[in-house]
Amino acid sequence: MASGAFAEAGADLELVGIQKRFPGFTAIEHLDLSIPAGSFFALLGPSGCGKTTTLRLVAGLEEPTAGSILIGGADVTQQKAFQRPVNTVFQSYALFPHMTVLENVAFGLRRRKIADPVGKAHEALRLVELDHLAARKPQQLSGGQQQRVALARAIVNKPALLLLDEPLGALDLKLRRQMQLELKTIQEEVGLTFLHVTHDQEEAMTMADTIAVMNKGRIEQMGAPEPALRELPKTAFVANFLGQSNLFTGPVVGSTSTSITVDIAGHRVLVPADRAHRHAGEVTIGVRPEKMWLHRKAPVEAADRNVMGPGRVIDVSFSGVSTQYLVAVPYIGTLIVFAQNMAFGPVADVGDEVWLDWHVEHGFGLEDEPVPGAGPRFAADTDTRSIAAQRRESLVTELEEA
Amino acid sequence: MKISLGRWLLPVYSALALLFLMVPIAYTFVFSFNDSLKSNITWRGFTFDKWLNVCAVQNGAVCEAFGNSLVIGSVATVLATVMGTMIAIAIVRYRFRFRSATSLLLFLPMATPEVVLGAGLAAQFLSLGVAKDMTTIILAHTMFCISFVVVTVKARVASLDPALEEAGRDLYGSSTQVFLRVTLPLLVPGILAAALLSFALSFDDFIITNFNSGAVTTFPKYIYISAARGIPAEANVIASAVFIFALVVVVTAQVSSAARAKRLAREG
Amino acid sequence: MAFAAFSSTTAQADPAPRRRSRVALLLLLPGILYLVLFFLTPLVSLLITSFQAPAEFGDIGQYTYAFNWQNYVDVVTDYWPHIVRSFVFALAATVLALLFSYPLAYFIGVTARRWPLLQSLMLVLVIAPFFISFLLRTLAWKQLLSDESFVVTSLKAVSLLAPDAHLTGTPIAVIFGLTYNFIPFMTLPLYTTLERLDLRYLEAASDLYAHPFEVFRKVTIPLSMPGIVAGTLLTFIPAAGDYVNASRDFLGGPDSQMIGNVIEANFLVLLNYPAAAALSIILMSVILVIVGIYVKRAGTEELL
Repeated sequence: MASGAFAEAGADLELVGIQKRFPGFTAIEHLDLSIPAGSFFALLGPSGCGKTTTLRLVAGLEEPTAGSILIGGADVTQQKAFQRPVNTVFQSYALFPHMTVLENVAFGLRRRKIADPVGKAHEALRLVELDHLAARKPQQLSGGQQQRVALARAIVNKPALLLLDEPLGALDLKLRRQMQLELKTIQEEVGLTFLHVTHDQEEAMTMADTIAVMNKGRIEQMGAPEPALRELPKTAFVANFLGQSNLFTGPVVGSTSTSITVDIAGHRVLVPADRAHRHAGEVTIGVRPEKMWLHRKAPVEAADRNVMGPGRVIDVSFSGVSTQYLVAVPYIGTLIVFAQNMAFGPVADVGDEVWLDWHVEHGFGLEDEPVPGAGPRFAADTDTRSIAAQRRESLVTELEEA
Repeated sequence: MKISLGRWLLPVYSALALLFLMVPIAYTFVFSFNDSLKSNITWRGFTFDKWLNVCAVQNGAVCEAFGNSLVIGSVATVLATVMGTMIAIAIVRYRFRFRSATSLLLFLPMATPEVVLGAGLAAQFLSLGVAKDMTTIILAHTMFCISFVVVTVKARVASLDPALEEAGRDLYGSSTQVFLRVTLPLLVPGILAAALLSFALSFDDFIITNFNSGAVTTFPKYIYISAARGIPAEANVIASAVFIFALVVVVTAQVSSAARAKRLAREG
Repeated sequence: MAFAAFSSTTAQADPAPRRRSRVALLLLLPGILYLVLFFLTPLVSLLITSFQAPAEFGDIGQYTYAFNWQNYVDVVTDYWPHIVRSFVFALAATVLALLFSYPLAYFIGVTARRWPLLQSLMLVLVIAPFFISFLLRTLAWKQLLSDESFVVTSLKAVSLLAPDAHLTGTPIAVIFGLTYNFIPFMTLPLYTTLERLDLRYLEAASDLYAHPFEVFRKVTIPLSMPGIVAGTLLTFIPAAGDYVNASRDFLGGPDSQMIGNVIEANFLVLLNYPAAAALSIILMSVILVIVGIYVKRAGTEELL
C-alpha cells in the first residue's frame, strides 16, 4: 500500500478457488466469489460456517491454504494485513485501550503518514457524531459509542474495501437500527465497497445489495435479498435459514410449459416451472408457512391452488400479529402455518380437523437432490432452524405418545 | 508455503534462554558428585559418597546449617502466614480507617532493599541490647514474609464469593463456625501457596540473615562463609536434593492440574 | 503470585467491603503491630543511628546519640563511587534482564497459549533457579567464568578478551551475575501481563497499516507496560542493594564493590554503625525517589 495517499474509490474483490484448512478441520472448502466495487455485500450464515474465516482471509489476518485474493484486480494473496487497502470493523471493536478516541481514529492515518491526521480524525468523528468525546479513553464510552468509534477508525482511512465483522451484534435493537441506517448512509456517501459478515438474516436482508448464504465452508446461494433468496431458495439450508419453510419430496409426475406436478404421498402439488430449479425425477419443493391458509372444511378444488389434508392441529401458539399452527397431515408429517390474527380469535383449536392450501404461485422447487429413501416430508439437514423445527417435532410426537 | 526464519527465531531463543537459566543449576548438581577434597572447584572424579554421607564433613556443619534453615523457615512461615492471612481477610472483607496507610505499610517492605531491612533490624537489636541468635533471625524472616503472604492470600479472598459465607450464616452457623467451616477451607489453596512462598523466601535468604544471625549459621550463610575457602560438595548435595524435591512437587502439581483441566474439558 | 503486588493495573478493585467491626481491628492488629515493631521502628533506629557520634571514651563500636549530620558528608565523600556504581550496575542489570526476558515471556505468554502444559512447564523452568540457593548459583557462575573455564578460554581464542584479562572480579561479571539472578523476577510479571494480552488489538493495528515493528512499539509494548514496570522494579530495587554478586568471594573485585558491600563491611566488620546506617538511608531514599518518578512517568500509580 502506497504511503501518503488514499484509495481513489471502492475496489472490487475477487476470491478465486480459496481453500482454508486449520489443523483438524477445513473452514473453507472451495470458495469463488466476486464482489463488484461500491456494493454492499453480506456473507450470511450460522456460526462456524466459514464466514468469519473468509473475512479474515480478505483482511490478511489468515493465509489461505490455496487460492488467491484480488482487490481491484491486484493480487494481494501474498500481502500482509498492513499492506492491504482494507480496513475492518471488528466484532469486539478492538479499540486500543491505551489511546484516546482521537488517537485511535488517527492511528491508521499516522501509520500511512497521511497529512493532517488529527484534522481528518476529527472529521471522521464528526461523521459518527462523537467528536465531543475525542479526548476520552474507549473504556469510558458506551457499547454503541465504541462501535461508532471503531467505524470511524476504519472509514477514516478511505479503504478500497471495508470489512464488517458482525459489528452490530452487541447492540440493542434500537441502536442496531440507527447503526444500520448510518452504515447505509456512509456507504452511499463515501462509495466504499462493504463486505459484511453476519449471522442475522434480517440485518443482511435490510442492508445488503447482495447476500451470499454460507454453510459448512461453501456458498449455498447468492443473490439479491428479495426476491431471489427469500422467494426462490435453491437449497433446503437456505429455505430454512432465511425464515422457515415447509418442504416436501416426491417424483415429478407431469409437466407443462408453465408448471410441474409433483406427487407428494398421493397429493398432487403444482409448482410454477420458472420457480422450480429441477423439472424431472425426485424433487424437493416447498412453501413458506405464511403463504399457507388454514380451512375448517375441505376447500373447493381449484386449478391455481394446492391442497393438503385433512390433518389435525397439534399445537397453536400466538406470536404478536400472527398465530403459528402445527398441523399433522397423515403420510406427510407436521407442517407449519402462520396465519394473520383476525378479530375472531384462532381459526382452529388443538385437535381440530383442518385442510391446508396455498396458491400455486407461492411454491418453489429446490436444486438439492432429495435424500433417497426419505419420506415425503423433506428431512431437513442438521443446521440451525431445522434443528429447532425437528426438535419441536420430536417433542410433539413424544407428547402425543404419552 | 514458505518457512520463515522469523517463525523459528522466538522458540529457538526461548529454548536457549531456558537452557541458560539451567546452567548453574546443572553445574551445582554435577559437582555434587565430585570426589573433591576440601574445596569443590576442580573435577576429581565421580562418586556417590557425598550423597551417602552428607553429614560427615566438618563434623556435620553443613547438616547443622541446613537444619537451622529448616527450623527458621518453618517457624517464620507459620508466624507470617497466620498474621498475613488475618490481614488479608481484614483488608478484603472489612472497612476500616487508615486503609491506604495500611497498604503502604505492607508494600514498603517489598520495595525496600534487603540490606536496608537487615541493617535496620540489626541497628534496632543493637540499641536495645538484644543478643543475636536463632530468635532474631526468625523475627527478621517473619517480617519480610508477611507482605508476600498478604498479597498472595488477598487475591484468593477477593475471588471468594461472599454469598458462601452468607449461606453459612443463613444455615445457623455462628461467625466462628462459618469462619472455621466455610471461609478457611476455601482459602486453603491461597494460604498454602503463601506458606510455600514464605518458606522459600526464608530458606534462601542470606542478606537479612547475615545482619541478624550472630553466631548462628543458616544454610546460605554457611555457603557465604565457606565461599572464601571452598565449599564442600556436601553443600551441593543438599542444594541439589532440595532442588529436585521442589521441582518434583511443582511439576506434579502442574501436570495433574493440566490433566484435570483436560478431563473437565472433555466431560463438559 | 507476589508479583501481582507490582502489577495491579488490571487487577480487580477490592469488592466494596461492607462491614466495619472490631473483628477487623483484631485481625489487623497482630500483623500491623509486628510490622511497626520490626519494620518501621528499625527504620527509625537506622535514622537515629545514622546521626550518632563515636563515644568519647568508648571502644570501637560504641556510639552516643547525637545529631552528627557530618556522617552523611563523610560516607558520600568516602563512598560516592560505590553509590554511583550500585545504581549504574542495577540499571545495567535491569535493562539486560528486560531485554533477555521480554522475548522469553512473550513466547511463554503469547505463542505458547495453545499448549497450556508446555506453558506451565516453561514457567516452572523460569522459576526453577529459585529452588536452589542463589549463593550456590552465583558461585557456579564464578567457576564457569573463571580464568581456566571454557567460556574465558574460548573468548580469548577468538580475541574477544585480551590474553591477560579476567572475567571474574570485573564489573562485567557483577552485572552478569545480577542480571542472571534477577531474570525470574523480570520474566514472571512480564509473563503475567503478556499472558492476558488481547491479540485482537495486534490484529487491529496491523489492519490499520502498522507493520510488525510498529505493532510491537505502538500496541504490544504499551499494553504490557504494567509488567514492564513491575519487572523493572522487582529487579532494580534488590539489585541496587545486593552485595553477594559484588562480593570478592563471588563475582566481584576491588573496583566493583557496591553500596551493599560497604554497608555490610561497615556494620559487621568495622562496626561503624553510623556510616552503615547513613549509607542505608541514602540507598533507601534514592530508591524511593527513583521509584516514585519512574512510576509516575510510567503512568502506573495503582501500585499500592
